[in-house]
This record gives sequence, structure tokens and C-alpha cells, in this order.
Amino acid sequence: MTELATHTEAAAALHPLEVTVNGQKRDAAVEARVLLVHFIREDLGLTGTHIGCDTTSCGACTVLVDGVPMKTCTMFAVQANGTEITTVEGLEQGGQLHPIQQAFSDEHGLQCGFCTPGMMLTSVALLAENPSPTSEDVRWAISGQICRCTGYQNIVKAVQRAAELMKEGQ
Amino acid sequence: MYPARFEYIAPSTLEEVIATLADRGDEAKVMAGGQSLIPLMKLRFAAPSVVVDLNGVPGLDTLEEEDGVLRIGALVRHKTCEKSPLLRGRYRALGDAAPQISDPLVRNRGTVCGSLAHADPQGDWGAVMLAARASVVARGPDGERTIPIDELLQGPFTTALSHDEVITETRVPDPGLRSSGTYLKLERKVGDYATAAVAVQVTLSNGNVGEVGIALTGVGPINIRATAAENSLRGAEPTEEAIKDAAGLSAEAAEPLTDIRGTAEYKRNVIRVFTERGLRTALAAAAAGEE
Repeated sequence: MTELATHTEAAAALHPLEVTVNGQKRDAAVEARVLLVHFIREDLGLTGTHIGCDTTSCGACTVLVDGVPMKTCTMFAVQANGTEITTVEGLEQGGQLHPIQQAFSDEHGLQCGFCTPGMMLTSVALLAENPSPTSEDVRWAISGQICRCTGYQNIVKAVQRAAELMKEGQ
Repeated sequence: MYPARFEYIAPSTLEEVIATLADRGDEAKVMAGGQSLIPLMKLRFAAPSVVVDLNGVPGLDTLEEEDGVLRIGALVRHKTCEKSPLLRGRYRALGDAAPQISDPLVRNRGTVCGSLAHADPQGDWGAVMLAARASVVARGPDGERTIPIDELLQGPFTTALSHDEVITETRVPDPGLRSSGTYLKLERKVGDYATAAVAVQVTLSNGNVGEVGIALTGVGPINIRATAAENSLRGAEPTEEAIKDAAGLSAEAAEPLTDIRGTAEYKRNVIRVFTERGLRTALAAAAAGEE
């Protein structure tokens, strides 16, 4: 099974892809080997989703696929057909920051910001499941993601602050 | 990193999956969660010309207990196992292992059966399933066959599956009342492979140890069954001395290598300590009559 042998017509074929991204229907055609993160960044131009390690380790590429956080460097775009995707660009609504964004700002949950979109999306999924997470719960939830600036303390504070903001907002 | 080009086939029935494998199996890879396969393809350690995606096949996400067998379908994610109330008590070894697999995001997507088919010597489920005496159901053009885990796992990344077969489910036999188990894993950080890990499964019978399973992760070219340790405990009184003897035999069964995660001596010692702790935990839980 050499690499060259795989350059057949069928392997280069385009697959139709219909996804809802941040509430908007998007139609595309992608080659099977296109990773979801490349599709989001390069085809859709949504560069808030980052590529960090590109080896399933860091979680910078995390988005919500049907509400579930996924590492999009480890999923083919074609597999997202028919799903609803939320990227960091979909958090703000009508010029109003999402509570998780407000909380990351309030609690200094970021410095360089590279991991932040993924951290926030995982936190949104956590808070949907567990509206009052302990710091232990938060640490578990983000344990597949790497931040090299904050030492995580302020991220944990931010997620718990977002939980409060979301309760106040109800 | 882009993988080499491949032909993507996403069947909607198992029959189509098998027909595709029968036709193209020697150049195809089956994908469930893809959390091992996609990284390998990106690094070009794997360059299958065909990828058969199981995710569109309905009915493969069953996690249920039926007629004394726990059935884990080919698309059951680690996360589902982590949350399932079924994987407690008698099946606690599985429930304890699930949250220790990789990281939460990988667990959202990766599958138990996929992990077994991948046969990574560092794989956690291999040891758990050895201890639990599980088997997998493989479907091919000539029908179904059941493969015990001991036979399935043949070597590093090598299984007894033929190129036209797909694992449809993993079956864990009900170990009966007064049974329990656990999985203890040492890892440097979340998402890393095990430095060493031990899966334990015990059943008490009239106060003595009845059936027992002990298996190891990360200390050999494959998950290892600690046969001598199991034999020393089977039928024995579950004394502290018996536990210590079994733990010593378990450490002897390990074939660790010195690497970045630790020296061989260190890993062997971890196996001894974890076998001891695991047996104590499992025996206490089994004695408490947890179901």
C-alpha cells in the first residue's frame, strides 16, 4: 500500500457536504482527506478555530459538533455532513458577548488567546450539562486541552464565573 | 497535516460494509471513532487507499445487558461507557477504565471496539477485556464468528481479524453476583499512554476467590494476561498474603522496557503495587455484594 497507489480518481473525488455552521446552512464539496479544521478555517474562513499541535493533543481546534466538543484535527470534514457546528464566532449574539466570553474577559482567563476558543466551547458544553461545576469538574472537562499561559487557574475561575452569569441571566 | 488521498466509503448497512471489505479489504481500513486511525494517517504511518466509515450504520451503538452478556456495539463511544450506570458493580472494571482513556474530547468520539481492533499495546481496553474474559463478534462474508480477546490480540497493532471482517460488538460475560473489578492506570498527564496499568476482575465463591482476571497495559508488546497470578488466586482464600503473592507473580508477567516514561524496574514495581491495590479494591467491592 504505497502512497502513490492511493492517488486514484476515486480518492480525489469531491464529496458533498451540508453543514449548519453557527446557525447558517453551508453547502460545500470536499475531498475525503480534508480535515474538519481545515474546512472550517480555509473553506469557511472561520479562523477563530485554531490549529495547535495537529496531533490530537492540545484541543485548540475544538468546536461543538451537534453540541459535543470534538477535536477537529482528528475528524474528516466529510464526516460532519448533516451536523450542526458551533465555532467561537457563533458564541456572540447580536453584538452581545456570550457569558463564557464575558467571564473569560472578567477573570483574565486568557493571555495569548490561542487555546481560548477551544476552552470556551468545551466550557459551553460542560455548562449545558452541569450548570454549577466544581473546580474539579472544570479541570476534568478541559483536561484534553492545553494552555501555556495561564496555568489554568483563571480559566477555571472564568468557567465558574460564566456559570454564575448564566444563572443571573435566566 | 493532510493524510494521503483515500477513497471514502460511508455505507449505511453492515452488509455494504462487508461487501466493500470483501472487495477492497486488503487495501481498506475500517473507521469507527477514528481517534487512532486519523492521527496515523496524518503522520502517514497508515495510508489506506479506502476508508470505510462505520458511523452511518444504524444499530451499532448498543450498550446493553442481555441474557447474561454485556454487549458493546462497534459505535459505542468511550464517553457513553464513562456515563453508563451499567458499568458499575460487576462491570466496574469497565466503568473505572472508561474515564481514564485518553482525554474527554477523544472520549467523545473514540470507541471501545475500534480501540480493540487497533490493538495498540498501550491500549487500555485490551487489558480490561482480558481481565473480564470478553470476546468480540466479527462479521465477514461467511457470517459471524466470536473471537476471545486472548486470540484477537496477536501482537502490536495485529489482530486475528481477517481483512474482510469487521468487529460488530464486544461481549462481556456477566461475571455473576459477588463480582467486581477495577482498572488502575499511571499516566504522566491526561491523554498520555499508560506508564503502566492493571485491570483486575474477581468473583467470590463461598468466601474464596472464584474466577479471577488480571491483565496489564504498557508493559509488553501487547496487553498481557498475568496467568500465573490468576492461577495462584483461583480457589484461594482472599488473604493479604495471597494478594501479595499474586501481585508478585503479576509483576513477573510484565515485560516492561525502559523508556521516557520510566525504567523497566520502576514499571514492574508499579504493576506489583497496582495489582495489590486493584485486588484489594475488587475483593472488597465483590464481598460487599455490589451487583
